Amino acid sequence: MRNAPPFIWAAIGLIAAGLARHVVADGTGPVLAPSLIALLTLFLAMLGFARREGWAARLATPALFGLVLLWLWEMLVIGFAVPFVLLPPPSAIALAFIRHLALLWQDFAQTYLHAVIAGYGLGCGAGFLVALAIDRSPFLKRGLLPMGNMISAMPIVGIAPIMVMWFGFEWPSKAAVVVVMTFFPMLVNTTAGLAEAGAIERDLMRSYAAGYGVTLLKLRLPAALPHIFTALKLNATLALIGAVVAEFFGTPILGMGFRISTEAAKMNLDLVWATITVAALAGSLSFGALALLERLVTFWHPSFRGSS
Amino acid sequence: MRGGRLSSPRAGAILPLVVVIFALIAIWYLGAVALNAPQARDQLAEGAGFRDLVAQTWSMERPVLPAPHQIATELAESLFGRPITSPRSLVYHTWVTVSAALAGLALALALGLTLAIGIVHVRLLDRSLMPWVIASQTVPVLAIAPMVVVVLGNLGITGLVPKAAIAGYLAFFPITVGMVKGLRAPDPLQIDLLRTYDAGPVQVFSLLRWPASLGFLFPSLRIAVALALVGAIVAELPTGAQAGLGARLLAGSYYGQTVQIWAALLMASATSLLGLAVVSMVEALVARRRGGRL
Repeated sequence: MRNAPPFIWAAIGLIAAGLARHVVADGTGPVLAPSLIALLTLFLAMLGFARREGWAARLATPALFGLVLLWLWEMLVIGFAVPFVLLPPPSAIALAFIRHLALLWQDFAQTYLHAVIAGYGLGCGAGFLVALAIDRSPFLKRGLLPMGNMISAMPIVGIAPIMVMWFGFEWPSKAAVVVVMTFFPMLVNTTAGLAEAGAIERDLMRSYAAGYGVTLLKLRLPAALPHIFTALKLNATLALIGAVVAEFFGTPILGMGFRISTEAAKMNLDLVWATITVAALAGSLSFGALALLERLVTFWHPSFRGSS
Repeated sequence: MRGGRLSSPRAGAILPLVVVIFALIAIWYLGAVALNAPQARDQLAEGAGFRDLVAQTWSMERPVLPAPHQIATELAESLFGRPITSPRSLVYHTWVTVSAALAGLALALALGLTLAIGIVHVRLLDRSLMPWVIASQTVPVLAIAPMVVVVLGNLGITGLVPKAAIAGYLAFFPITVGMVKGLRAPDPLQIDLLRTYDAGPVQVFSLLRWPASLGFLFPSLRIAVALALVGAIVAELPTGAQAGLGARLLAGSYYGQTVQIWAALLMASATSLLGLAVVSMVEALVARRRGGRL
């Protein structure tokens, strides 16, 4: 039994889960039996996949787990008739997602394409350039780095109301919050990265008569890349958080943060969840894209060698 | 690096820091002049000199950028000048937020430790749950704050619990990820050695895995402390500014009280730094008890 290929269990489980979902909505038959069968077979499938190696099995286990969670959510909400204003079922969220696609896209464009991207670019760029600039002065470095570390630990989203006052309700104020939030992680990490290149390598560059610029370009920046990517990935999430939270403090009638706060107050929870889905997709896709880029650019780093 | 270690103030490091801080304050004063000048010029009588203009920009009621001493005065007054139970006292608001953040942190520690122990010991959990824990770090969790507050409010749950839930939700990811890493930190050779001594999983955990994980627990805790505070502050926004540092921020932005916003912001930052300092102190204590090394 236990050696049966897990994908057979998965197939049986998915069919049973679909059946149970169908029955629970109509009330035309027993719900408990197919549900139990679905849970048991999907559990066996996950156990089977978890024991296997290879990328397909590594992908299948969490995917099945996520599906089971979504299915349980759907079944429990429908089965126990949980009020819609408390928790809408995933199917209703998917429906809202499709129905309000145009609106969701406008919010996404307002928050992500304008505020997040502009703020992220400016904040990361400025952090990188300032790190390069203070790198030549140990005095400034010793003064600014503890400062940067401290400020990174502060609740920077709190500047959102100030930025809204300074730059108005439109997206530049959100971009300004994102700039401040992304600047310090980039500054601290780039500075740490620039210290990465060892003394021996620097001496070697000197013996090749390489100047400051060449050493920076050929040795120190490549060595700093893993740290820079750490900041880029961290900032991708921070930027989205900053832009969304800044919209809680005032915004024109567009934007993901605005949508979430007003629709939550109006009890349109399906639309709120749909917006959260958009935010989650945007966050994980940008993080994934950066991780992929990191893999391509810093393929030489020990953390990537041997794993691929 | 968010929540990075506060560098210990060594003799050679203090002077640059002081210089930078003074430079920042000087820039701040200049910025206050530049930003407040248009508004100040309207308020001044014709023919007022530059000296008057500067004085005016540093002492306005609702400046675009309040001067540092204005914020310091506001901070001192709202911290020490009012009874701490009064809703106008900043101590009261800070405590409201900090209590939510602390409750959330306790929640996050309990949940994060449990999950990490499960993930390290059960392969199925490792394969199925861990990818989701990591993926959920890339999701702007704070976005769900208004919904959680509104939904829990519908159920009649208001006050501390929704805020603690959001703070805990935010703080639990770094703790889980850090502890999974930490509990896996022991050398396989050492685990094998314990096994040859016929040690069970409980002993392997208490003798080897737990001590090894402490070095990872404290860095994660620093991140978690900062995140829990942010979570508690943001969770105060949708309830319409009743109490707490987030409420002070929101009320300040409604009524254009910039000095109040800056005071709340500085207070939040000071609280965050205090939290980090406490974590560092506990870390140092634990390290000393274990012979100076984590």
